[in-house]
Amino acid sequence: MAARNSVETEAPADSKSWTLRVRRAIDSHLPMDHLLPDRQPYYVGSWVYVFGVVTIAALAWVIVSGVVLSFMGPQWWHDSHLGRFFNSLHFWSVQLFFIFMVLHLWGQYFMAGWRNGRAATWMIGVVIFAVSILTAFTGYLSQQNFDAQFIAVNAKDAMNSAGIGAFFNVLNFGQMYGLHIMLLPIGVTILVVLHIVMVRTRGVVKPIDPEGGAQP
Amino acid sequence: MKSMGATQEEYYRGVRMVPYDLVKELFIALAGVGVLALLAALILSSPDVAPVTIANWSQSDPVDFVTTATNELAGSSTSAAYGNPYNTVGAGQSWGPIAPQKWFGTRIPVDSANSFVIQPLQRASVGNSDLTSALDTWQKAAPDQQTKWLDAYTKALPDAKVVDGKVTVASGDYGPLPVMMSNLLGVAQAGGLDGLLVINGRFYQTDYTQPLLFIGDGGYFAGLAKDAQLTGSQWGMMNETGSYPGQTWLWLYTVWYQVPPFTSTTGFLGFNSSNADLGIIILMTVLTALLALVPFIPGLRDIPRWVPIHRLIWRRYYAPRKSTART
Repeated sequence: MAARNSVETEAPADSKSWTLRVRRAIDSHLPMDHLLPDRQPYYVGSWVYVFGVVTIAALAWVIVSGVVLSFMGPQWWHDSHLGRFFNSLHFWSVQLFFIFMVLHLWGQYFMAGWRNGRAATWMIGVVIFAVSILTAFTGYLSQQNFDAQFIAVNAKDAMNSAGIGAFFNVLNFGQMYGLHIMLLPIGVTILVVLHIVMVRTRGVVKPIDPEGGAQP
Repeated sequence: MKSMGATQEEYYRGVRMVPYDLVKELFIALAGVGVLALLAALILSSPDVAPVTIANWSQSDPVDFVTTATNELAGSSTSAAYGNPYNTVGAGQSWGPIAPQKWFGTRIPVDSANSFVIQPLQRASVGNSDLTSALDTWQKAAPDQQTKWLDAYTKALPDAKVVDGKVTVASGDYGPLPVMMSNLLGVAQAGGLDGLLVINGRFYQTDYTQPLLFIGDGGYFAGLAKDAQLTGSQWGMMNETGSYPGQTWLWLYTVWYQVPPFTSTTGFLGFNSSNADLGIIILMTVLTALLALVPFIPGLRDIPRWVPIHRLIWRRYYAPRKSTART
């Protein structure tokens, strides 16, 4: 204990240590009592606030079921009852994820959740919504069934018309599957973590002041 | 610079704080959503209609298969005349000078006549002298002669008869086409064409561009999609087979395909049915950007203040109270 104290005492206040700077920045911007608060303003009492946390919960189930499906390979769920169950769990978790996310989005819109310095949090949320749609889209293309064929054959025209199809070939199962189980889920997860950190950093927004504006 | 921790404390100064258990809430949410998803999975399952193969297409509708293959050879199928990124035959969609389909060129080259008909027949011709001779005749014929055979054969196909899975047409001058198409049909019905269109000299394969383009060119696939109420006029990509919800989150994207100017030939501001895909992608990009920028757009950002939904959400705050001053 004494040795640890002596080390802390020796550390200069204006240390050039990158580690110390990062730690101080985290302590300053997101102390633990903001990241994991045990108190909240009394007006946080509506079901609208639940839509955010249930969206995260649905995402967790999407990821868990998706990891099982990707581990077993894309053919497994067509040939096995257990595989079909995990595919169904994945499918309905995705449906719930989108239902809750849309409710969260509309809830935040009518609360003007971007006020008091929270515009970036709103914007990241919209990006999460867009990337989630792309992730689900590649999932539908990766099903290896008639739905996947139909969506691919039709979606190619929209993608090609915008030049996107030259790089994002919806008829290429390998490309869609790789994006769906790796890059896009990682992207959604990172963005969701960033979104949560931004929410916890600022705290929940105050109610709309009838006399005030709705500026960010 | 003031720390964010101090800023949050300042922000809530004077606001009554009440106990809250974030971690407990998260675990309850995980359990609740898990139960919902589990019940839905167990009771409702998920859709899995078997994919169309070239084998079952050619067995179920041999005339459509042969007609599609003839169109590929004639260069009149959708994929043969598509344009970029598959070939340079079609101009592709554009809006004034904005033509991204053209800008990125032919990045996924597909030669429909060769890839879907000639090359598979060449592979199948080993040990088949009739087919070898027919292919030789076809390739040595002048383009005008090939066109005459194709025209005559195409006109005869609507009245074709199917006997024991084989397609026969009325007598006429079709050159080597009946032999070529009969062999291609045989290879397809045996399942060989499903493999030949994906291997492309490789062993491992995950790219289904060629077979999907070929299947998509036929009427059989479109008919199945129509029967399953999946086609564009029936809300398209957001639909799913059976009674499952599909990609309902694409409703706003899909709705534009149902309304003018994207259904109109005359159009508005240069957008019409011929460039609907590009127009709708542009429109949705603009709408998504607007959604992201709502905090900075006067009017859009003020709607929540005008619409009293927030009074329901924060009814405790707005309700008359005995103590606790508003902040």
